[in-house]
Amino acid sequence: MTEHTVSAFDTELSSLRSTVVEMGGFAEKMVEDATRALVRRDPDLAQTIIAADIRLDNLQREVEERAILTIARRQPMAVDLREIVSAIRVAGDIERIGDLAKNIAKRTVAIGNQFQPPKIVVGVQHMSDLVQEQLKDVLDGYTQHDADVALAVWNRDGDIDALYTSLFRELLTYMMEDPRNIGFCTHLLFSAKNIERIGDHTTNIAETINYLVTGETLGPERPKADKSSFTTVDIAKS
Amino acid sequence: MSESVSAAEIAAARPVSSTQGLKEKITVRNLRFYYGDSLALKGIDLPLYDRKVTAFIGPSGCGKSTLLRVLNRMYDLYPGQRAEGEVLLDGNNILAPKQDVNILRSRVGMVFQKPTPFPMSIYDNIAFGIRLYEKVPKSELDDRIESSLRRAAIWDEVKNKLNASGLSLSGGQQQRLCIARTVAIRPEVILLDEPCSALDPISTAKIEELIDELKSDYTIAIVTHNMQQAARVSENTAFMYLGDLVEFGPTSKIFTSPTDSRTQDYITGRFG
Repeated sequence: MTEHTVSAFDTELSSLRSTVVEMGGFAEKMVEDATRALVRRDPDLAQTIIAADIRLDNLQREVEERAILTIARRQPMAVDLREIVSAIRVAGDIERIGDLAKNIAKRTVAIGNQFQPPKIVVGVQHMSDLVQEQLKDVLDGYTQHDADVALAVWNRDGDIDALYTSLFRELLTYMMEDPRNIGFCTHLLFSAKNIERIGDHTTNIAETINYLVTGETLGPERPKADKSSFTTVDIAKS
Repeated sequence: MSESVSAAEIAAARPVSSTQGLKEKITVRNLRFYYGDSLALKGIDLPLYDRKVTAFIGPSGCGKSTLLRVLNRMYDLYPGQRAEGEVLLDGNNILAPKQDVNILRSRVGMVFQKPTPFPMSIYDNIAFGIRLYEKVPKSELDDRIESSLRRAAIWDEVKNKLNASGLSLSGGQQQRLCIARTVAIRPEVILLDEPCSALDPISTAKIEELIDELKSDYTIAIVTHNMQQAARVSENTAFMYLGDLVEFGPTSKIFTSPTDSRTQDYITGRFG
C-alpha cells in the first residue's frame, strides 16, 4: 500500500503492528512452555511462566495507549481505522492467551509430582500442539494481512473442540474410578479447558484479521464441536 | 469434522443495499459539464435521496462544487459554461431550456463557503428572499423570519437586534443567518458548499447539529473537505476524482471499507 502524506502516521501504525506481533511471539512461547511444564511436571519452568505474564500485560497496555493516541491525533479512516481497532482487539486476545497459559502453569505447580495417566497427558499435549499450530498460523496471517490464512484457522477450530470433548469424557471416567484421582483430574480438566479457550481466542484473532483485510465481519456460524457442556458419563456403564 | 465456511458464502448471507426503496429526490444522469472547452464533469450518474444527507468529497478541482452548482443551475449566470445530460428533480429535467431558474432556485437553495449576508439588517436579510417569491402580510412575515432564524439555531443570539446589520455578526453567526435565509424560502433541497470551512469548531458543531435537524424536512447535499464531517453528517457519500464519480455508497461503508483504492487512498491521507 502507498504511504501516507504524513510519514509519522506510517511510523505509528507500523510500530503498533510490530508490538502486537512481539506480543504474539511471546504468547506462543508461553503456551509452549506451559504445556511442557505440565506434561513433564516441571514446577520450576511453570514458575518462570507465571512471572513472565506481567510483560504481556504491559505490552497490551502500551498497544492500547498508543492506539488511542493515534486515533486522537490522526482521526484514522478506512483501512487505517481497521488497522488500529484490530491492533487493540488482537492485543486483547493475546493478553488473554497469556493469562490462560499462566493459569496452566499455576495448576502445574499445584499438581506437583502426582501420577498422571499417560493417555490423558498425551491427549493434552496433542491438543496443545494443534492450538499452537493454529496460533502460529493466525499470527502469520496477522503479520501478512492474509485473510485466507485467517479463515483457514477459523474453520479448523472445530478439531480442537472435538478433542477437548473426548478428553473431558476420559477425565470424568478416571474421576469415577477412584476419588483420589479427582484432585489432579480437575486440574488437568481446567488445563485442557484453558487450551481449548486459547483456541477460541485464536479464532477471535482470525475474525479480526478477516475484518482488517476485507472490512467484513464473519458471521456467527463458526463450526463448533465442543459438546462437553452436554456430556455425561453413565456410572452403570463405566 | 469441521464444516468449512467460504468467504463467498459469508458475503452472500449479507443484507442487500440499504438504499433500496428510498425515493430519489434528484437523479443525475450522464451529466457532462463544460467550462468553455474543458470538460469538468465526465458523465456523472448519481441519486440524491429524499430527506437524506449526501456528502461530496474529493481533492480540489475534482468537480464536486461544479456538480453542486449544476443542481440549481448556478452556472447559468456565466457565459461559456454548459451542462449536458439530465438532472431530474422529482422526475422533471431541470436542465431543460424551458425550466424557470428562479423557481428552480426557490426549490433548490444554496449556502456558500464564505458567509454571504446582504449589507442590510438581519431582518431584511431573511425578508429579502421571501419577498422575492411571495407576497406575505407583515405579521406572517415576522413569523416566517422568527421560525427561520429558530430553525437555523440563531434566534436567541439575534432576537434583540434584528435591525442590526447582518455584517455585524460573527462568521459562524453569518453562516447560520445565510442558512436561515435559505430555509425561509421553504426550499425542498439545500445545497451546502463547504459551509463550515471558515468557521471555528463550536460554530461548525452548531451547523452540523442544524443539518441533522433540517434533514427531516429537506434533501441536503454538502460538499466538504473535512472527512470527519462527511462521516458525521451524511447518510451517503460520493467520492469524486478528476471529474469522475469514483464511488458512491452508504457513508458507513465508504469510511470503513471503501471499494475503490482511490477512495481509500484519499480518505486515509495517502494522496491529495
